[in-house]
Amino acid sequence: MIHEIPLNKLPVGKKARIKVLSKNVLPKRRLMDLGLIPNTIVKTERISPSGNPIAYNIRGAVIALRKEEIENVIVEIID
Amino acid sequence: MDSVKDASSRILNILNDKLKTDANISDSIVTTIYEKAEKIANEVLMIEDKKKINWDKKIDDILTSKIFGYPIMLLLLGLIFWITIQGANYPSQLLGKILFGLENKLTEFFMYINAPYWLHGILVLGMYRTLAWVISVMLPPMAIFFPFFTLLEDLGYLPRVAFNLDNFFRKSGTHGKQALTMSMGFGCNAAGVIATRIIDSPRERLIAIITNSFVPCNGRFPTLIAISTIFFSSLVSPKFSSIIATASVIGIILIGIFITLFVSKLLSKTILKGIPSTFTLELPPYRKPQIGRILVRSLIDRTLFVLSRAVLVAAPAGAITWLVANINIDGISLLNHIAHFLNPLGNLMGLDGFILLAFILGLPANEIVLPILIMSYLSTGSMIELDSLDSLKNLLINNGWTWVTGLNFMLFSLLHFPCGTTLLTIKNETNSTKWAVFTALLTTSIAILVTIIVNLLSILFK
Amino acid sequence: MGLTSKSTGLSLLKNKYDIVKEDRDMIVIALAGNPNTGKSTLFNTLTGLNQHTGNWPGKTVSNAKGTFKYKDKKFLLVDLPGTYSLLANSVEEEIARDFICFGNPDITIVITDATCLERNLNLVLQVMEITDKVIVCVNLIDEAKRKGISIDIEKLENRLGVPVIPTVARDNKGIDELLEIIYQMINGNIKTNPYRLKYSDEIESIIKEIEPILIETLGTKYNTRWLALRLIDGDKAIFNSIDNILKKYSI
Repeated sequence: MIHEIPLNKLPVGKKARIKVLSKNVLPKRRLMDLGLIPNTIVKTERISPSGNPIAYNIRGAVIALRKEEIENVIVEIID
Repeated sequence: MDSVKDASSRILNILNDKLKTDANISDSIVTTIYEKAEKIANEVLMIEDKKKINWDKKIDDILTSKIFGYPIMLLLLGLIFWITIQGANYPSQLLGKILFGLENKLTEFFMYINAPYWLHGILVLGMYRTLAWVISVMLPPMAIFFPFFTLLEDLGYLPRVAFNLDNFFRKSGTHGKQALTMSMGFGCNAAGVIATRIIDSPRERLIAIITNSFVPCNGRFPTLIAISTIFFSSLVSPKFSSIIATASVIGIILIGIFITLFVSKLLSKTILKGIPSTFTLELPPYRKPQIGRILVRSLIDRTLFVLSRAVLVAAPAGAITWLVANINIDGISLLNHIAHFLNPLGNLMGLDGFILLAFILGLPANEIVLPILIMSYLSTGSMIELDSLDSLKNLLINNGWTWVTGLNFMLFSLLHFPCGTTLLTIKNETNSTKWAVFTALLTTSIAILVTIIVNLLSILFK
Repeated sequence: MGLTSKSTGLSLLKNKYDIVKEDRDMIVIALAGNPNTGKSTLFNTLTGLNQHTGNWPGKTVSNAKGTFKYKDKKFLLVDLPGTYSLLANSVEEEIARDFICFGNPDITIVITDATCLERNLNLVLQVMEITDKVIVCVNLIDEAKRKGISIDIEKLENRLGVPVIPTVARDNKGIDELLEIIYQMINGNIKTNPYRLKYSDEIESIIKEIEPILIETLGTKYNTRWLALRLIDGDKAIFNSIDNILKKYSI
């Protein structure tokens, strides 16, 4: 299971499939509403010049999220 | 009512009974909706893979890059101010000439009809003169600044600013969208306070509200620009004067941002403690700006909105100032009495009593602080024509201003209590007078503290 | 029990939006959509300078509203906050959702971004759960074309069961068509048959138990299926909204 990493560790330009939002993700529902539900494919677009937040392409829109809020979103790198 | 109570308890019973595995149910609702959306989209979409250059990505690569991200932000802001300062110069002078020329005509008219001294004083020397100053000094820079700012907004640059700056706000325990409400504050702090509605967490929203006036609003820019032009650009050749003026305004803004972050952190560590709420920020694609709409929106909605507000408060404030300056008690004007009373504090802050009084009388709107100050200075000395920055400079220097006074004046303008409209908006938005009063006290204490420190340092290193 | 549910809805609407209809015949249209879909542009295009924006123009923070006329009808357009969802995880979502459900707008327009339709359809489906009277605008159709995306509008209309109109709001394209559809819908010439989501058997069975109780108390003025769903979803805010209505009933 080397390919499973937290979303905030997904390098820029890489795509991944969402495996699970673990229970202790605090804004879980909020993230799901943005379209971060299991099996969704996301791509890391860019990182803020100060290192945080990180912008992801989620279902067609580029949305920036703070690192600490997505460290419990587990993804599987596909590309 | 009984049937209602009965109904809700019946519903709650059913829910308690059935929803043992609560979390999964809500997850499944969200998932069902998204999956259906995905299914429909796949059915109706036809995507042909054009290998086109992704300009949004290219632009964002530069605008949010580690090396260029921050410098470009500063440069863009600087460029807008520079264009504003340069471009506003001539029309301001022209407007000033026309409006003050008209003042002489008005005076002649009042003499012709043998109007009493006080009537001429209140209407012409008080109301009209303040109005003329407000319009000639404020209108040109606003008419240039707002369209440019709206252009940045329309292009989609502001979310990138929030993206670049969020980390600083995160470290201050607040929300990244505060950067957006601060941007709005450049236009008008009352608008900035209303804009904080985009921040969900009440704690973070309150912090954004309290600190919003640390961003100098449009009512303060002309003042900041005038003072920095007078006291800082005279140090270099006239060729570069607008660059120096721009740099000092940018410097003031940076100080404002620093204080914002500092106070935000302070608040979130003390009376507004809490963990940062969730942060989501969309970076939308850049869009071709709609020039026509930008002009209409920025000129009608923003420029005229701010100007008309300024005019509305300037007229009565001008009249009151004239009265205060011309009602004598024991042979000395009321204005002098108050200024004299404020003088010790003013001097400690590197200012004087007249300046503090001007800020107090200028509570309705920041725009009129400088006009009120000019009127108070003029009322005590000989009358001079005031249609250019040079004559303003002479007036200020005759009243004992140095560059330290100029700097402290700018700092106090940046940090002092928000204007009346903004305070009222804070009261409305927070639903409590308490937070409006708190904001006024906090900002003013900081303003007093900072100016005292700067003044003491300047004396120390003389 | 003296108040009718209609007036109850309006007073709630008045609380949240400070809406005063200029006359009773005015038709209320809600404008919903994801952020950055050109919602404000469409709003400006339709209302021109007839706006009563309480907020600083530019970004919709709360209750921008404006009026326009088309043929013999007068319309009041309410610009709802831009949201991705209506499941009320934020104040904006709650405002938008409450307005569509309890404000009883005559029509709700959902403006979508053709370049990321899937994300936008998520909101469309949610709006269609609350109300039948929906028109979908697929905006930025030119931008989509440039990106090589084309959309089968007819098929989409078919799947959704409500009118779908392709637009480029900033160039005034599709606006006439939109106005005509609005007009026809008000006159009852267009009947919609919105697609209704089916949930898991477990959820559907709970809905069946709760909905009759809601109908008993609230009548059929409001979408009780949707309210039941929100209750199952554990949406605390909806309790308050329902509570508001119930309180008004008991006056």
